[in-house]
Amino acid sequence: MNGAAALAAAPFTRLPHALLAAATGAAVVGLLGHGFWSGVGGTPFGAWHYAALLALTVVFARALARCGAFVGDLTVSSIVVTVAALLGLFVFFPVGKSLIAALLDKNGAFAPSLAVERLLAPDIWGAGCLDGSGTHCGVAINSVMLATIVGFGTTLLGLILALAAQRGGQRFSGLYRVMAVLPIVTPPFVIALALVVLFGRTGLITSWLNTLFDIPRTRWIYGLTGVTLAQLLTFTPIAFMILHGALAAVSPSLEEAAQTLRASRARVFRTVTWPLLRPALANSFLLAFVESLADFGNPVVLAGNYEVLSTKIFFAVAGAQHEPGRAAALATVLLIFTLVAFWLQQRWLGKASYVSVSGKGDAGLPAQLPEGLRRGCVGFSMAWIVFTLACYAVILAGGFVKDIGRGDMTPVLSHFADGFAIELRNGWPVFIGSAWDSFLTTVEVAAIAAPLTAVIGLLSAYVITRQQFAGRRTFEFLTMVSFAVPGTVIGVAYIVAFNVPPIELTGGLAILIVCFVFRNMPVGVRAGIAALAQIDKSLDEASSTLRASTWRTLTQVVLPLLKPAIVATLIFSFTHAMTAVSAVIFLATAKYNLATVYIIGRVEAGEYPLAIAYSTVLIVFMLAVLLLVQRFTGSVKIGRRAQAEMVTGH
Amino acid sequence: MKLRAWFAVVALLGAPLSSFAQGELVLYCSVQEEWCRPMVAAFEKATGIKVLMTRKSSGEFYAQIKAEAANPKGDIWWGGTGDPHLQAAEEALTDPYVSPKLDELQDWAVRQARAAKFRTVGIYAGALGYSFNTKELAKRKLPEPKCWADLAKPIYKDDVQVANPNSSGTAYTMLATLVQIMGEQKAFDFMKAMHKNVNQYTKSGAAPARAAATGESLIGITFQHDAVIQAVAGAPVKIVSPCEGTGYEIGSMSIIKGAKNLANARKWYDWALAADGGQAIGSAAKISYQVPSNKKAPVPEQAPKLANIKLIDYDFAKYGSSAERSRLLKKWDDEVSKLPK
Repeated sequence: MNGAAALAAAPFTRLPHALLAAATGAAVVGLLGHGFWSGVGGTPFGAWHYAALLALTVVFARALARCGAFVGDLTVSSIVVTVAALLGLFVFFPVGKSLIAALLDKNGAFAPSLAVERLLAPDIWGAGCLDGSGTHCGVAINSVMLATIVGFGTTLLGLILALAAQRGGQRFSGLYRVMAVLPIVTPPFVIALALVVLFGRTGLITSWLNTLFDIPRTRWIYGLTGVTLAQLLTFTPIAFMILHGALAAVSPSLEEAAQTLRASRARVFRTVTWPLLRPALANSFLLAFVESLADFGNPVVLAGNYEVLSTKIFFAVAGAQHEPGRAAALATVLLIFTLVAFWLQQRWLGKASYVSVSGKGDAGLPAQLPEGLRRGCVGFSMAWIVFTLACYAVILAGGFVKDIGRGDMTPVLSHFADGFAIELRNGWPVFIGSAWDSFLTTVEVAAIAAPLTAVIGLLSAYVITRQQFAGRRTFEFLTMVSFAVPGTVIGVAYIVAFNVPPIELTGGLAILIVCFVFRNMPVGVRAGIAALAQIDKSLDEASSTLRASTWRTLTQVVLPLLKPAIVATLIFSFTHAMTAVSAVIFLATAKYNLATVYIIGRVEAGEYPLAIAYSTVLIVFMLAVLLLVQRFTGSVKIGRRAQAEMVTGH
Repeated sequence: MKLRAWFAVVALLGAPLSSFAQGELVLYCSVQEEWCRPMVAAFEKATGIKVLMTRKSSGEFYAQIKAEAANPKGDIWWGGTGDPHLQAAEEALTDPYVSPKLDELQDWAVRQARAAKFRTVGIYAGALGYSFNTKELAKRKLPEPKCWADLAKPIYKDDVQVANPNSSGTAYTMLATLVQIMGEQKAFDFMKAMHKNVNQYTKSGAAPARAAATGESLIGITFQHDAVIQAVAGAPVKIVSPCEGTGYEIGSMSIIKGAKNLANARKWYDWALAADGGQAIGSAAKISYQVPSNKKAPVPEQAPKLANIKLIDYDFAKYGSSAERSRLLKKWDDEVSKLPK
């Protein structure tokens, strides 16, 4: 609005700004270009470089605005250009570089034929398990099969649960709310651990069945069955939240109208409710599909010989066969799958499901389900919820007994002592437990990353919703792209892109923080968009008529009203950073280890008791953080809206 | 205001991490974590140096050290079978160092160091073998396996567990042992037949011993000392030295080339070879039943006595060489691991 006045002046007053824009742009390009051209031998960028780049970018943005871009608005221009530059540097550049690594051979030379061979390798696309030859299927086929089964399964289960919650009567409604919280506070492999403890070859239920009914103990839980079960348990709460919100948005008056026209309950459900639910069902399927493809924690514990893309990428990089080219080829395949699914979801359903899930405030009660269906739904839901809670109970109890995986139930505290012992030396507490290093590093990284995520996310949300400028849709799409990139792909990309100068971050703390900030940014954007939709534009307009700049409007009018969204984003980013595993398992080092990485290490060595005890500590810690924040900020709505937005796999 | 609160939280949490210590050491540990932890604790207490430890199998650390060669993150690699250490030495990924404690060591440990031009040194030795769960065996009324050849018999379908030789030095030792006993062609035929009986190729070499102890798998192929840990803890396992003869390992330690804390790495090196230092921790913690390489170090009484086992003359130089190791691993990948079960 200030810039508009400048635009009205004669065009040649833009010339100095154009020159400034050109100069600073060239400086940024030159600085980066020189760094990359020096390559491995050059000096890595230090804090000074990053500060200089940031300053130059902002000056560039402002000069660009004065030339007329972004409607002449300095703040909008600064935000958009800076965020786009950060995204380009920390999302698109690494992913691009790692995809190109698929085209390089062991020595770094360009080898397109090798790339084709890697991308079309039979261990990716082989269909041996489908055509009856008894061999294993390719890893891509495995992943897609698993994801499809899980997609259908979670959608069906989520629908049953949502129907039971909303239309099955009011009993036990609190349980459903517990279901909503669980996926936030759980590391992704906790369910898999619980299943091994219950159903593994020496598991509790297996032993019980063996003793009572002489059923032989097998390793049936390892493989497709086990991973499917684990993913169903993990992702059903998400499907439940989406479908619950969708059911709530179905206007009851439509159903009432149908009933007054003498349709039976079954007919109402079939002809009115179901078609209105279809988009949400498709949405839920696609989200579960992407989550399953990106899931790393469950397959790494339970998959056994059933290889999926995320674990295969991990072993190609971090295992003993260090082959970055092959890992890049696998990452390309995985990325294509998730991008396609994500694009489908955005194309068909992007707008419909995300806007204002809080219900259209229609008077009237939703129609009751047909009686048979109602009983079935409620009964099944109860059983499912009990099963889910039993898994968590096993984990919470497992830390306190000697070896729950072998049925040894003598109560001990030695596992907590192993991991979390504190000794007093010279009057100072020394954290000698083996788990303290990773735990404190994780909390530190999560605490630093959360506010950065909130800042970037909410600023982006503001310019997306409140400002009109050319390229706004593109900018919105760019901010959401990291939803679609699975964690393992980002992890590999960061290793490939940031372990040589000029941007040499691997092995440090910064790379973990950067990874979390840009993985969780879409959540901040989504939460901001949803919250800003509730704030009337007339407030902004009143502020501008009083001649406040955009920046002043933003900081003094809008941000104070966004407090719930800020808190929700902070909490979500913090907990997600505490529980993330698939990206950071590549980035953690001996010096900066993370809790989830440490736990997976213990699981692989077969040391389940410590892993379970540590998981318990993590869950309890995060529940405590959630409750604490809720106490201090009153009603924090980690309600349905935040859930519907929560997409990323771990 | 919230920002300040976050910084306060971060500052408070940073405090315990800043140590009152004399610098740091980044340790790559390739034995069981239950052995790594007391080693770290004892060293920290003795020297005041803060140790940052990760635990991975020897094959994995070899790959990691190779990948990090341009910018090494670790300082010292302790434990794990000798073959990956020898390969790393051959590829000059590790630094030579002649410790003053070298003349206190057994001959086989010094030979290991000489073979690698002092880029590595032997820290313990142990024989290969396998263990099985006696209770499970009795319940299912199966015969006791006594030789390597028994493991390929169809009666043990889905009952054998062993690590993946790519990641685990233990499993690679098995591979090389079989090649030296049966000849390469027969050894690979045997492993193809045994593949049908394998329920899982684990990443960690000692995990199959744990699986056999709990009954998760009937038979687990590991070093005998890994199984002894389980037996001493009371698990119903019997340890077998296969009748055709068996190989053994010389666990090793190497200083990583380009280590950022070289002085501290050398301190660890000397301490780890001392009879009253690192060589005594394992047996004191009842976690190591290997034969320690320092002549004066206490040998646990339950340790399998190498003199009583039919050991082959394991050619460490040949099977630790880069070319041979890569070739055999690739052959295993192509011919054995891809087979259907």
